[in-house]
Amino acid sequence: MEIKVVRQIMEWNQNCHEELQKIFNENNILCINVMGSPGAGKTTLITRLIESLNNEYNIGVIEADIAGKVDAEKISDMGIPVVQLNTEGACHIEAESIKNILPEFNLEKLDILIIENIGNLVCPAEFDIGEHLKVAILSVPEGDDKVIKYPLMFSRADALIISKYDLKKYFEFDEERVINCTLNINRGVEIFRVDSRKNEDANKIISWIKAKSNKYN
Amino acid sequence: MHEYTITRSIINISIEEAKKNNAKSITEIRLEVGELTGLVPDALQIYFDMISQGTLAQGAKLIIKKIPIKFKCRKCLIENEVKGGIYRCPICDSRDIFITAGNEYMIDSLEVE
Repeated sequence: MEIKVVRQIMEWNQNCHEELQKIFNENNILCINVMGSPGAGKTTLITRLIESLNNEYNIGVIEADIAGKVDAEKISDMGIPVVQLNTEGACHIEAESIKNILPEFNLEKLDILIIENIGNLVCPAEFDIGEHLKVAILSVPEGDDKVIKYPLMFSRADALIISKYDLKKYFEFDEERVINCTLNINRGVEIFRVDSRKNEDANKIISWIKAKSNKYN
Repeated sequence: MHEYTITRSIINISIEEAKKNNAKSITEIRLEVGELTGLVPDALQIYFDMISQGTLAQGAKLIIKKIPIKFKCRKCLIENEVKGGIYRCPICDSRDIFITAGNEYMIDSLEVE
């Protein structure tokens, strides 16, 4: 006998994602999910965002890693509330993982929650985790073919950040290829470039986040 | 690697639906998976065989229908399939398109006894 089902495989995660968004909206919190390969510059970007936004906003960070707490320590040294989430081998985090550690934060005192996802271009893209914005980072040394090879993450991102942009002269990095491939699958994406060290490049991203946060704060 | 999580979810939903219909066992699970997703069908069946042991779904075969990536041109409003990684309207050559299919992740139906 055939049974018609027509249900989303990921419905349990989607339900929890929506539940989290509701919690964030009620508390006027903008939640940002930062994704990219290991070494793309996710933590560096987050520390820069904190430096620039810290005066105006109360920021919290969730650091997801397979093991260790080096990233959380870096953020904690900046005086920011941070929780380390260790997945002990799992390649991604799920909405449920975020829901479970949310009590660690004082939500009433939070304006922006930044979640650094596991370094991985594949699996994190499949799981919504309560975020309002998905930010995908691609560093120049990774190569200009990554959008073609891992389309899902780039197709779902609200912003693409090309990091380590100052290294472009050392690599054969076809920026136009990256941009065209991304726009092909994601017309509405915002594209930013940041250098390895200079903080000024992050300004455009900051303005973008501020504009977005007005909607939620 | 997240195939484990997905498989667990497929099994849970299938068993829930099978029980609703008083089925004794599930012999086939038909999935619809878009080509934009990174699912590896072989890995899925291997995980499935392991995790489904001792459940209604033990021994079921996963039939995975891959859904091709499709897009619509914003000017012509005609839907086309992406072929050879080309995201461009075959009629007006415009790149101003939006994705209409390829993100699916569905359990379509079950075969039960």
